[in-house]
Amino acid sequence: MSTNDIVMSIRDVSKRFGEGCEACREDTSILNGNICPDCGTVHAVRDISFDLHEGEILGIVGESGSGKSTLMKMMYFDQENTSGDYYLRSYENGAENVFDVSSQKKREIRNEQLGMVYQNPLHGLKINFSSMTNIAEKLIAGGSRNVGEMTARGDMFLEKVNIPLSRKFEAPKNFSGGMQQRVQIAKALSNYPPILLLDEVTTGLDLSVQADVLELIKEIQREMGVSMIVVSHDLAIIRMLCDRTMVLLNGEVIESGITDQILEDPQHEYTQQLVYSIL
Amino acid sequence: MLTVENFGKSFTTHHLNQTRKAVSGISFNVEKGEFLGIVGKSGSGKSTVLKSIYGTYKPNEGQILYDSERFGTVNLHEIPDHDLIRLRKTEIGYVSQFLKVMPRTTSFELVVLSLLEMGVDRVTAEVTAEETLRHFDLPEALWHNYPNTFSGGEKLRLNIACAVVKAPRLLLLDEPTASLDQASKLKVRESISKLKDSGTTLIGIFHDLEFMEGLCDKVYDMSARAVKETV
Repeated sequence: MSTNDIVMSIRDVSKRFGEGCEACREDTSILNGNICPDCGTVHAVRDISFDLHEGEILGIVGESGSGKSTLMKMMYFDQENTSGDYYLRSYENGAENVFDVSSQKKREIRNEQLGMVYQNPLHGLKINFSSMTNIAEKLIAGGSRNVGEMTARGDMFLEKVNIPLSRKFEAPKNFSGGMQQRVQIAKALSNYPPILLLDEVTTGLDLSVQADVLELIKEIQREMGVSMIVVSHDLAIIRMLCDRTMVLLNGEVIESGITDQILEDPQHEYTQQLVYSIL
Repeated sequence: MLTVENFGKSFTTHHLNQTRKAVSGISFNVEKGEFLGIVGKSGSGKSTVLKSIYGTYKPNEGQILYDSERFGTVNLHEIPDHDLIRLRKTEIGYVSQFLKVMPRTTSFELVVLSLLEMGVDRVTAEVTAEETLRHFDLPEALWHNYPNTFSGGEKLRLNIACAVVKAPRLLLLDEPTASLDQASKLKVRESISKLKDSGTTLIGIFHDLEFMEGLCDKVYDMSARAVKETV
């Protein structure tokens, strides 16, 4: 019906850790959880397909080891896929499978068309360099060369995420966890990517700081129209942020739907267990 | 505008290995601009019907056809999730007795946000939000407060304000006046009446039948499984 607003398409994407044997490659029903009982290969992500629409926030939930982060890492090219296709509207208008493009092109896509915020700020920031340098690094990687423009952009985004500009030349290692996450968000957004990937970004933050980060994410989505994928194991956060939600178990999507439908009328046994566990 | 055909819903609870039928054999239709009241005792499945129209519940039987502005006639349970989300943002509203909102968002901002997601510009949204909060007698001192500090009645009025301000084509009301005092109920009634006059189609469950009197064009009785016209 409405397909022209799809910004990302993932088709039959899988990731195996290990070569796999004939048995587990042919038939994944023999797996014990996501591990092959014969050869020990871990099938971390199995045949996942979904679309992300413009301005939408898509939630991914599931227990540890369900494949949420592996999927995110593949989308950001931190990890290679074993099979499947990945299309971005911002790259050749979605006509080319970006898993198949050169490493150089992948780097360009990463720097210009995607933003990633990791659970651990150490993965997303150079923690000993200043916040401004962190943002400049992303901007330079995206092709910027004008120092004045880069500084102005850095100021703008640091202000947006409420980092006092008096501290812009301070290294994030001196910042609190919440502030580090906000610098990561500023860095991820600095090239105006159409898609932002957020991996457990509020885990480990206290409730008040968590509310700050959530507010910020919603505001960015409203004001910049960025599409987002939010990985979280916290269903309250998923309820607050996400339009649609996918539930992963052992590397597979077992259920997906509008968020309130997943939370109020869960169909799969595992989703029911998850929802009934909300405090 | 909306046709419910032989609708049924059951809930399966896996850990109890149990399937419970909530409702079945529900059929009715609502014309554009009509107000249908749903009556029935507790547990008869009134809310299940409303939540299934809104898409919060997945029905197991029958179909729910809606004449949308954007997509033409659609079966609300077969259209892609993304399209249903779009209809919720622009055409179909739902109000319950419970307010679920983003933490630390002021009541004023919540009403503004309801309008922004429809594509209204911020300046217009702020003016409309003021008018709406004033209409529902939410004291100005509360406009820039977070709703979790509000009384039950204030929360409800805010909840209704957020839905009504969008002037949806179809508004589903799930006992939104359950714990309101008489004066607040009259305010809600006035707004609903105004919406109806402007062409909004309404389906509502109200505990208090007096409230529905003179407002509903017809009533669906859950126990009789039939619609009766009212005067």
